[in-house]
Amino acid sequence: MIFKKFIPAVILVFLGSLPLSGSAVCVQDVPDDDGSALIVSWEPPGDILGFFMYKIYRKDSLEGEFVQVGKSSKMENCFFVDKDPRFPLNSGMNVVYRIVALDEEENEIREIGVSEQFSPSHSYFNSTKKNTVVAVIFVFTALITFLNLAKKDKNLFIRKIAGLDALDEAVGRATEMGRSVLYVPGLSTMDDIATVASINILGPVAKKVAEYETKILVPNRDPIVYTITHEVVKEAYLEAGRPDAFQEDQVFFVSQNQFAFVAAVNGIMMREKPATNLYLGMFWAESLLLAETGNATGAVQIAGTDSVTQLPFFVTSCDYTLIGEELYAASAYLSRDPVLVGTIKAQDVEKAILLILLVLLSVLAILNFNFFRSESFLRFIMSFFGT
Amino acid sequence: MFLKRTLPLLIVFLLGLAMIIQFYIPHPVSQNFYDSMAEWVRISGAFALILGLSSFFYVHTRKLARKNKDSFYSGVAILCLIGMAGIGIFGRGGINGWLFSNLYRSIIVPLDATMFSLLSFYIASAAFKAFKARNAMAFALLVTAIIVMLGRVSFGSFLDGIVEWILVYPNTAAQRGIILGIGLGMIATSLKIILGIERSYLGGGD
Repeated sequence: MIFKKFIPAVILVFLGSLPLSGSAVCVQDVPDDDGSALIVSWEPPGDILGFFMYKIYRKDSLEGEFVQVGKSSKMENCFFVDKDPRFPLNSGMNVVYRIVALDEEENEIREIGVSEQFSPSHSYFNSTKKNTVVAVIFVFTALITFLNLAKKDKNLFIRKIAGLDALDEAVGRATEMGRSVLYVPGLSTMDDIATVASINILGPVAKKVAEYETKILVPNRDPIVYTITHEVVKEAYLEAGRPDAFQEDQVFFVSQNQFAFVAAVNGIMMREKPATNLYLGMFWAESLLLAETGNATGAVQIAGTDSVTQLPFFVTSCDYTLIGEELYAASAYLSRDPVLVGTIKAQDVEKAILLILLVLLSVLAILNFNFFRSESFLRFIMSFFGT
Repeated sequence: MFLKRTLPLLIVFLLGLAMIIQFYIPHPVSQNFYDSMAEWVRISGAFALILGLSSFFYVHTRKLARKNKDSFYSGVAILCLIGMAGIGIFGRGGINGWLFSNLYRSIIVPLDATMFSLLSFYIASAAFKAFKARNAMAFALLVTAIIVMLGRVSFGSFLDGIVEWILVYPNTAAQRGIILGIGLGMIATSLKIILGIERSYLGGGD
């Protein structure tokens, strides 16, 4: 991330204003890092004919020897970012750089210069992330405010979500037909918030299934997700007062291979013909393979994902689709817990504020309101975002 | 109750908070903490794989024991797992050996490719369903899809401008709207879990 966004910006700022006093080679610390990178820059030789590239050498102690740490392949690139794990830098090290110009055959033909001794330093706060601090504080404040409101007013309104309203009906249908409910908690790991959101929905769904005395099948791709879904379903059966109805092979691990998993789940759909298929979580290319197979078996299908690229496939092949944030709202919607509903209201307010800002700024831009284009404003924004 | 609910919630709160703070601190101590956490995730993943495999064997041995017409496939699944693992661990050259590599290249890769290529047929059938002009919105979708599809083939280059406009403006606007909601939902869900407001993932009620 640092290489992609931050270092190029730093280089651009530095190149225009590097003080090269004292030595032809200047060393600068990369700000907002752990002290593992330095920027080395130098003045190009006056006559560049016959030169093709530079070699960058580094000495890690006064007594040590210069070791090559990199190469700059173009003569006009008179800077080098030293962040190679093979030659690690640590804060507190005293290093000296030496730059040598090379000819076409990579023979060293002239020493450009040797830097003064320099020590990389680490930071305690990454100032390029100031914007995310503001966003987190904003979201956190809205969340806490609406949690308190929800405690006072238990009847906060949230709009109907058709896909979640249909859950009861879908489970009921499976019961009437004497068939099972298939629940796929996505193919991602527990690192993914969509998987966590899916597991939050699995609890109430499994409880409902247990109450209806129907069978739920939960195939898993990730072993950690498997252990959690197993416990969630088992607990749900216990809570529904039917621990005896839970069978160990209802929640199972299939394979970590994406398409092997799809083949297995499609096989279950074709053989066991579940009456209801629920695909909630993170999906990739397999979304349509699963949804179309389920569609062919005539099952009622409810899908939900935050993967924007897979949403059209689910919308096409499933009866109901939870689009993006609806997946995260599902747990609150199903439980109707006032505190959880309060958090959804907080999200709505955050979205409304963002929407107002977007519309306002767009209108101002259309009206050519120049304050937002003024140099002082742009400089303020640039400094805020650390570029 | 303490071990089942309070302790996990406390661990989630402390580690969640620690990871938020870590995100803003580039100090080597903070980076080492992150690296060690990532390592622990991998280690626990390896142990979870044992549980996963035990589930795999449990499910398939039960299916074998039932002796119905599909039991054969469970036998094949168990045989393949044991066979590949055995060749990878005990075979000459391990996973880089001739036999393992060939089995991987000649069986697993083509099977994967077959499953993936089924997608093209499914896309065709899904498109057929999606492009039925049942109402005004569906008609708009149909027209837009025809323009974009024509613009993407060689003789439709005259539509390049309009295709570009559809993809850059209405399409991007809709996607960004969804992504904004997803972003807020993700942050809110994470905070709810860290603060212990959302507990469904622990299983059972309160």
